[in-house]
Amino acid sequence: MSLDRPVPKAYVRPMRGWWRRNPYFLRYMLREASALFLTGYALTLLFGLWRLSQGPAAFEAWRTALATPLAIGLHGLALVFMLYHSWTWFQVMPKTLPPLPLPAPFVTAAGVVATLLLSLLVWAWLQ
Amino acid sequence: MIPAMSLNAGDRQIEIECLRYDPERDQEPRFESWQVPFSDDMSVLQGLQYIKDHLDGSLSFRWSCRMAICGSCGHMLNGVPQLSCHAFLRDYFPGKLRVEPLQHFPIVRDLVVDQSDFLDKLASVKPYLVPRLEQPLATGAQRQTPQQMAKYYAYSQCINCLLCYAACPQYGLDSGFTGPAALALLHRYNADSRDVGWQARSEVVNAEQGVWGCTLVGYCSEVCPKAVDPAHAINQNKVNSTLDYFGLLGLMTPRGGRS
Repeated sequence: MSLDRPVPKAYVRPMRGWWRRNPYFLRYMLREASALFLTGYALTLLFGLWRLSQGPAAFEAWRTALATPLAIGLHGLALVFMLYHSWTWFQVMPKTLPPLPLPAPFVTAAGVVATLLLSLLVWAWLQ
Repeated sequence: MIPAMSLNAGDRQIEIECLRYDPERDQEPRFESWQVPFSDDMSVLQGLQYIKDHLDGSLSFRWSCRMAICGSCGHMLNGVPQLSCHAFLRDYFPGKLRVEPLQHFPIVRDLVVDQSDFLDKLASVKPYLVPRLEQPLATGAQRQTPQQMAKYYAYSQCINCLLCYAACPQYGLDSGFTGPAALALLHRYNADSRDVGWQARSEVVNAEQGVWGCTLVGYCSEVCPKAVDPAHAINQNKVNSTLDYFGLLGLMTPRGGRS
């Protein structure tokens, strides 16, 4: 219940296409959409695990299916979105933390550096 | 008396296009543009005043202080929410400048929006101290350390200009969302060592349309002319709201100088 009297004939603008109005909103929508690509990648890996449980032949068939140009292209796209997802995730991280005595870009940079170091560690371990 | 502005208006001209809406005549808004002479020191607000004084007296818009403190003259300037007194015509020249009423609010007339929804939400967050104990005035001021004050100072700088609401698509899509400024002001009081109002305000914070209505677009903090950072205020309170849900808030966050 409003404290104020309603305004007669006030015009309410439609929200259709709101995310195209400002590049900031477009980047936000891409950030949110990037989660779909991450989900797709995770499901692909899970599917591989399930195929592995069915024996070597099934696992090899899964690997062959992933070696097609289409699958490689989709993985490349997923990689781009994953990088964008990580970057934007660390960008909003300072907003979700209690006030810190550090400037926000430092938190973002620390997150990115930690990700790179961990990725290098995993890569070295796999060699 | 001739307004000083008309004497200073320079020889350059900029096209200013304003949204017009007359509720008694128009079914929907239209645009109207004027050529406005300007000088380097003229703000967008002064451009609008030039139109009203010299070109079309029927153009309606809100303004008051002319120096970014009253929060009245917020408009969409080329699609970006800004205080009209805080933006300069020279920065839009030689392009044209499109002025629209703040996004996501109903248009009352021309550039004037209906703010009543925000005013109701502001009242709903109890934007005043809920003190631990009622002290008689004779006991003097309730003292605070600089550290205690620093916890809420930035959030107390809000001037209710509504740029953050115009920047928030979540509010535009669901006007039930309590929104950036009201939630930042809610946090301003919750973070104050003299205040014990978390319980009194918890219904607003914890609601689906309270802090959980925010998806961290983050544009509110970008456009805020007073660096209030509403996105930070809201998202810190997602943590507080979660702790409150599990009954851990009092245990884990002893705030301020509570004894």
